[in-house]
Amino acid sequence: MGATAETVEQVQEVTGQKYKYGFVTEIDEERPPKGLNEDIIRFISQKKEEPEWMLEWRLKAYRHWLTMKHPSWQKCSIPPIDFQDAYYYAAPKQDKDRPQSLDDVDPKLLETYEKLGIPLQEQEMLAGVAVDAVFDSVSVATTYKAKLEEQGIIFCSMSEAIHNHPDLVKQYLGSVVPYSDNFFATLNSAVFTDGSFVYIPKGVKCPMELSTYFRINAENTGQFERTLIIAEEGSSVSYLEGCTAPQRDENQLHAAVVELVALDNAEIKYSTVQNWFPGDENGVGGIYNFVTKRGACRGDNSKIAWTQVETGSAVTWKYPSCILQGDNSVGEFYSIAITNNYQQADTGTKMIHLGKNTKSRIVSKGISAGHADQTYRGLVRVSPKADGAHNFTQCDSLLIGDTCGAHTVPYIESRNNQARVEHEATTSKISEDQLFYCRQRGISEEDAVALVVNGFCREVLQQLPMEFAVEAQKLVGISLEGSVG
Amino acid sequence: MSESALQPFHEQYTALTNAGSLPGSALPWLSNLRERGMTRFDELGFPTPRVEKWKYTNLRALERQVFHPATTMTASLGLDRVPTLIGEQAGHRAVFVNGRFRAEMSSLGRLPKGAKVMSFAQALEAEPNLLAEEIDQIAEGQDEQPFYHLNCAFMQDGLVLHVEEGAKIEEPIEVVYLAAADDESLAYHPRHLIVAGKNSEATLVEHHVGIGEANTLANHVTEIRVEPGAKLHHYKLNAETDAAFHVSTLHARVQENAFYDSFTLTTGGQLSRNEPHVKLEGSFADARLNGAYLQRGKQHCDNTTLIEHAVPDTHCREIFKGALEGKGRAVFAGKLHVYPDAQRTDGNQLSRCLLLSNQAEIDTKPELEIYADDVVCSHGCTAGELEKDPLFYLRSRGIPFPVARRMMVESFLAEVVQEITTEDLRQAFLDRVTDWLSRSEQ
Repeated sequence: MGATAETVEQVQEVTGQKYKYGFVTEIDEERPPKGLNEDIIRFISQKKEEPEWMLEWRLKAYRHWLTMKHPSWQKCSIPPIDFQDAYYYAAPKQDKDRPQSLDDVDPKLLETYEKLGIPLQEQEMLAGVAVDAVFDSVSVATTYKAKLEEQGIIFCSMSEAIHNHPDLVKQYLGSVVPYSDNFFATLNSAVFTDGSFVYIPKGVKCPMELSTYFRINAENTGQFERTLIIAEEGSSVSYLEGCTAPQRDENQLHAAVVELVALDNAEIKYSTVQNWFPGDENGVGGIYNFVTKRGACRGDNSKIAWTQVETGSAVTWKYPSCILQGDNSVGEFYSIAITNNYQQADTGTKMIHLGKNTKSRIVSKGISAGHADQTYRGLVRVSPKADGAHNFTQCDSLLIGDTCGAHTVPYIESRNNQARVEHEATTSKISEDQLFYCRQRGISEEDAVALVVNGFCREVLQQLPMEFAVEAQKLVGISLEGSVG
Repeated sequence: MSESALQPFHEQYTALTNAGSLPGSALPWLSNLRERGMTRFDELGFPTPRVEKWKYTNLRALERQVFHPATTMTASLGLDRVPTLIGEQAGHRAVFVNGRFRAEMSSLGRLPKGAKVMSFAQALEAEPNLLAEEIDQIAEGQDEQPFYHLNCAFMQDGLVLHVEEGAKIEEPIEVVYLAAADDESLAYHPRHLIVAGKNSEATLVEHHVGIGEANTLANHVTEIRVEPGAKLHHYKLNAETDAAFHVSTLHARVQENAFYDSFTLTTGGQLSRNEPHVKLEGSFADARLNGAYLQRGKQHCDNTTLIEHAVPDTHCREIFKGALEGKGRAVFAGKLHVYPDAQRTDGNQLSRCLLLSNQAEIDTKPELEIYADDVVCSHGCTAGELEKDPLFYLRSRGIPFPVARRMMVESFLAEVVQEITTEDLRQAFLDRVTDWLSRSEQ
């Protein structure tokens, strides 16, 4: 993916020269003080040169947020978050703050890169070495961008979209996840800094997998990311979020919002691989990943598919959902969540069947090891008008070790007698027989576990786009290191 | 929760305690329990749908009623015979009217040695120490159950059954709970204690029926201990009137090698809530928590269950099936909780519901909470209408639609009724299912 040896070299040359002449421009912008108030929101909006309506929207969200309480129903224990003790606008990172070469990077991180089979140049990029990845992706992305523009596809950052396509943003932003939706989504609406914007025009099949990886200015979109994807009639797109490589970030709280809109006959496939810092073996540190993801199948025959591989973060708390409004629309959710050490995950999905003959399919695989706690929480709701709706849910949990927990909390509400709802869940431990068989064939215990778990997750891994799938398989093994023996 | 809904209970409680008319007022442990119950009920109030455990059951209709405490009735009920599930000649029978034991209607004379049946009020006089040791002691996690506390405050009578060590009671013991209210709405709060001694075996059949037009609130609390090696079969039929509110909270502890087998069929009631909480606290303890529900009109039936696997090598199986007609609504929320170290737990749960009308609603929440790794736990759940192909097959053989439909629903439910181990009782429950179906409005 991405960085070719050549470009990285070129970039290195350029940056190297810069340093040679001590040519460091002071790009550091003033940082607003810690804390959250209307002034900070005005500051963010001003910095981003946003139009008035955007600021109004942010303030509306902020005022609503003040009336809300931090939710407490989740099955994760987190210390209370002090929202006044955080920066809400992070200036772009300076080169001098970054590691100057791979030698400065945490060897543990490099070891993982090695295992994932990431080429050296990409390693530099991922570790955020001063060879600015942005430079690199500029060159890569411009080639792609030209191709996309030919077809009328808009793929840019949210800030750009607010400037260049205000009508689309106005029409769709907050239409799936309203500003008042939930505590973290409301917070995001008030202070989001950037994110991706994708618009696929009528009848266009996006010729490539879109990925934040290639997007300009993707760096430092910060903790409050806002993504909006619109697929017009008859279009289709596959979007990749995240990266299999471990990512370090100084922000502890991540509260992103992702909105998808699929119109008649449109199809959106959204794949996530999340591997943020999960904290160390003792559960110290790690990222809180509280994301609101929701897709609306507005049009008839539309389809939205979520695929996620969640291995990182200290606490993951998210429910990518589908609102199946259009007749014959389809929602899918495929998930693998792996928690090890002291990680906690409370994740699942919601499928809201509103249209006739809507179909949804949920396949969730949870693997819990060490002292981790994991919950599948899902809702399937069939409204009285959703004649012929059909849902199938399967959630399986695998426990490795006797100090972890796995929980399943599905809610199934059916108000239509012509709908069919099926739910299945199992919890079991990793099979001794299978492990023994592998061991007897000379496969080490850790590899055997990785093999068995990969088999357990196969159904979901198959749903991932090709380039993700291979890496995700390796990731499954790595995430469980240290969980046996 | 509205304050006004609590007010009548509060006033009644004060009036009853001041008059000293609640039994056992001289017993400090009981007075304390009542006092604590009333205080806690005041704090909790009637649960609203915002309370997770009551998410799908709305008590507004109940809160709107003002219930009067049921008093001892001496007048004839106008019944020539006691309604019975197992037949007048068979078994042993204890009859309660509006929560009060009616010796003259009961037939307990043939009870074999080893089985002791008393009313709660009798036991308070005869063996207060026995009750002091057990009441409120078996229950666990009751703190968040408002109806449990309401029961503690008002409890007056109920069933006390003690099966002695090694005793095998061949014939079932039927307990008939008759709700009778004609003029004013009545509430009563029976309290039951059932102890199956070591290696004993008994079958208990609860039969809830109602007569009269007025609303009733039956707020039962049952505490059960199944001692090592004992077997307790506990079957229940709720066939109260459409004006009845029925809340039943049950706490059972199942000890080593013991077997607790339960089945609940709900056909009656305007709103019924069964909340069994079974704790498997000895190795090789085994529990069956099965049930069926048939609801139509505006009936609402809620089965909220909790099974706790507290130690290694325990086993449970839970099957709930039902059919809904009209605007019938059902809730099934079943939770399996496996404690850390409760290895080799085997737990299965299945919930299936047939929606026979387009206005019926089923809300299901099968929950697994597991902290041990060497376990086999599963749950399955389905909701939908009758399958088209078998229906078509039957009709193609010349069977008219209503008959075909009835056959299919009957066989669907028979699967869970079959779980009843006593043959006669199985048939009696099946007959109730058939009877309900024959009254189908569709």
